[in-house]
Amino acid sequence: MSCVLKATDLGVSFGGLKAVEGFEIEIGENQLMGLIGPNGAGKTTVFNLLTGVYQPTQGDIQVDGKSILGKKPYEISQCGISRTFQNIRLFKQMSVLDNIKVAYNQNMKYSLAGGIFRLGGYWREEAQVEEKAHQLLEIFHMDHLADHVAENLPYGQQRKLEIARALAAQPKVLLLDEPAAGMNPTETQELMETIATIREKFNISILLIEHDMGLVMGICERIVVLDYGKILAAGTPDEIANNSKVITAYLGQQEEAAC
Amino acid sequence: MNSSQQKKQKIFSWAVNLGAVILLYAVLLFLIGNGTLKRYEQGILMTICINIILAVSLNLTTGFLGQLALGHAGFMSVGAYTAALFSKSIPMADGPLKFLAALLLGGLMAAVFGILIGVPALRLKGDYLAIITLGLGEIIRVVIENLKFTGGAQGLRSIPKLAKLPMVFWITVCIVAVLFALIRSRHGRAIIAIREDEIAAEASGIHTTYYKIMAFTFAAFLAGIAGGIYAHYLGILGASTFDFNRSIEIVVIVVLGGMGSFTGSILAAVVLTLLPEALQRFSDYRMLLYSIALIGMMIFKPSGLLGTYEFSLTRLLRRIASPFTGRYSSGEGKREKLRQTEEAKG
Amino acid sequence: MDLIKQLINGIQVGSIYALVALGYTMVYGIVKLINFAHGDFIMVGGYVALTVIPVLVSAGLSPWLCIIVAILFCALLGMATERVAYKPLRGAPKISVLITAIGVSLFLQNLFMLIFSPNPKPFPNFLDYPPLALGENFQISFVTLLTILLSLIIMVGLQFFIQKTKMGKSMRAVSEDPGAAQLMGINVNRTISVTFAIGSGLAAVASVLYCSAYPLVEPTMGSVLGLRAFIAAVFGGIGMIPGAMVGGLLMGVVESLTKAYISSQMSDAVVYGILILVLLVKPTGLFGKNVREKV
Repeated sequence: MSCVLKATDLGVSFGGLKAVEGFEIEIGENQLMGLIGPNGAGKTTVFNLLTGVYQPTQGDIQVDGKSILGKKPYEISQCGISRTFQNIRLFKQMSVLDNIKVAYNQNMKYSLAGGIFRLGGYWREEAQVEEKAHQLLEIFHMDHLADHVAENLPYGQQRKLEIARALAAQPKVLLLDEPAAGMNPTETQELMETIATIREKFNISILLIEHDMGLVMGICERIVVLDYGKILAAGTPDEIANNSKVITAYLGQQEEAAC
Repeated sequence: MNSSQQKKQKIFSWAVNLGAVILLYAVLLFLIGNGTLKRYEQGILMTICINIILAVSLNLTTGFLGQLALGHAGFMSVGAYTAALFSKSIPMADGPLKFLAALLLGGLMAAVFGILIGVPALRLKGDYLAIITLGLGEIIRVVIENLKFTGGAQGLRSIPKLAKLPMVFWITVCIVAVLFALIRSRHGRAIIAIREDEIAAEASGIHTTYYKIMAFTFAAFLAGIAGGIYAHYLGILGASTFDFNRSIEIVVIVVLGGMGSFTGSILAAVVLTLLPEALQRFSDYRMLLYSIALIGMMIFKPSGLLGTYEFSLTRLLRRIASPFTGRYSSGEGKREKLRQTEEAKG
Repeated sequence: MDLIKQLINGIQVGSIYALVALGYTMVYGIVKLINFAHGDFIMVGGYVALTVIPVLVSAGLSPWLCIIVAILFCALLGMATERVAYKPLRGAPKISVLITAIGVSLFLQNLFMLIFSPNPKPFPNFLDYPPLALGENFQISFVTLLTILLSLIIMVGLQFFIQKTKMGKSMRAVSEDPGAAQLMGINVNRTISVTFAIGSGLAAVASVLYCSAYPLVEPTMGSVLGLRAFIAAVFGGIGMIPGAMVGGLLMGVVESLTKAYISSQMSDAVVYGILILVLLVKPTGLFGKNVREKV
């Protein structure tokens, strides 16, 4: 299995505080991987490093064997890494359809003048994108909401729209930051199915931050556990579930538990 | 909806709008012809056109891109002085061609300043951006006031009065049309996405810096054109006209009309140019009323008169026609959608 | 000798800038609002003193009391402005609040233009005391001395107030996190009101000192002075009280030296140039902390 996203010895420090240190990950094609850890362990920081929001102070990140170090977030998106955010970041006042179309922008070619004077493939590209956006929304069962303003969608739909928008950027790797946060069990179940579907349909790799252990253990093939910015353990769900270090990190030490 | 259908619909809407503009133009020519619009009234209409261009261009940066810039008058002055110096010094017969060349040059020079200022300034956001654009606008004014070739504090005189209302009318129409087309293209979506959430836009592959500078520069270009028209309409220029207060007046038009609505800017530009003329007896109170309107608007309706809503002639026509054709009017369509959303939420 | 004179001049203007900058910085620190109207509070203070001095003199009181009246009036005005214009917009987008502040500034300027006419009015020189002579042809005027000393005392007092008193601690708490401060039993509204009152009171002091040194009062005087002081606040790091003091003094010295040795017309351009340089190199100013946007 070839490796799509690879991070080696990744780390960042903010004014002396090492938020993440020695982080390693290898995500293979079409692999679904989980990133877990207690609050403040540095999970979102890892996402911010991978997507260029923060510049790492050490280590390297490669997509398909090419380093993406020093690239801006928009360039990294064009390299094939797409993400969602922990606290949903939609283009609130834009329609659902336009939210998706924004992410297609990077694959559209017509120029500024073409846009103003409706030349150079404006009609063709706009029509294509319109159709692709509708198809994408169809997969999420949201096509009937296409003309709604994003802000007015219920919470669960907003989460789904954010995933759809990330997919519209046509990524190789999709990073999902707590996609099930704030969802009830039914919605979470539905989301798990959606994640499984998109992984198959788009043949992409997924890295998932999640607190819902059921969700992570249920669908991930490999799990990386982060604690205090360092990797505590990595392995299959079974290995992680029986790893004593992980149990300590999550439940506290046994002596303490005994008292 | 497929491409050709979409195209047809858009062409229909263009035809409607073009028809309306030509009608407006015909009325204008008629009124000038029969002497209803004398020089004074034509001057007001000219000012309206200038204010429309200034407001829609500032709306691109402030309303659509979401970056509050307080130095628009600075770009206007660069355009005005460049255009004026050009038409004063170039040995070319006075006429529309010279006028257009002067405007283009003024716009381009303002755009150059737009890039020079935008590249460093747009690294900042919110309050800081407002202050830095304010500062740069004032620097432009101070420098112009102290340069020899701009006439210093005395300003420029005897600029050929090349600005004729019919021409300026069409320039304004073209600028508004271009902005509408821009905002409804992929570039426009990118610009609005930056206003909505810059981090998410960047993560969605939008080169935010490029689009910010592009929109800012484009707005500067248009402000330069407005300045050029102003110079060739008045025939004299003084740097103190383009101070901080002029910038604020443009901001007031944009804010009252609605940040993110070109039609709102046009409406506000018309009203706020006519109002002081109509209330000339109260001219002392003009700025006082402006300031109260500004504060009241922010407290009670921060999105301005139209918010991000765009008035559409096509939609109006459809709505008028709908009782006869039996089709959904867009208003009903919207209510229907709203109901669906409510259900989905519930 | 000339250089020293210019430096003292600069420190005098700088002290006034610092007093005004403190108002900007305190308000920004607590409600994250650039109070564009703050400069106009100076103008209001000037007109209040101008109006009150003849009344005081004819009542047989000392004209010095005009400072107290100006402080009280400006403090009330500051609190009223906050209540009427800014409070309804707490939590609104920054752009709306900033525009409101610009609106308040325009309102005050135009209101005073209507009341007192746009023409400058002479300010009575009630601080007409002999200058302090230091050596043969070197003396410091009383106003200069008073300005520098009074500003120094106020700044030290303010620092003490912010660091040691209960109200000062409330202010710091509210500026960190208004929500949490409220949960800790701090009356956020009152704290914000007091902040505005102190800031505006300082503007009134600055106003009387400024008008005594440059004895003219006009409705637009606030915008020029305010803008400079604001630049000083940004220079020092907006929201930082020591920053406002240092920034103000530096700004005054730079301005006075530019006027003396480069060009008096270009002093505005130089001041704005400094602002732009600071914003580009370190937007948070000399003393500011970098705050990242949370992703």
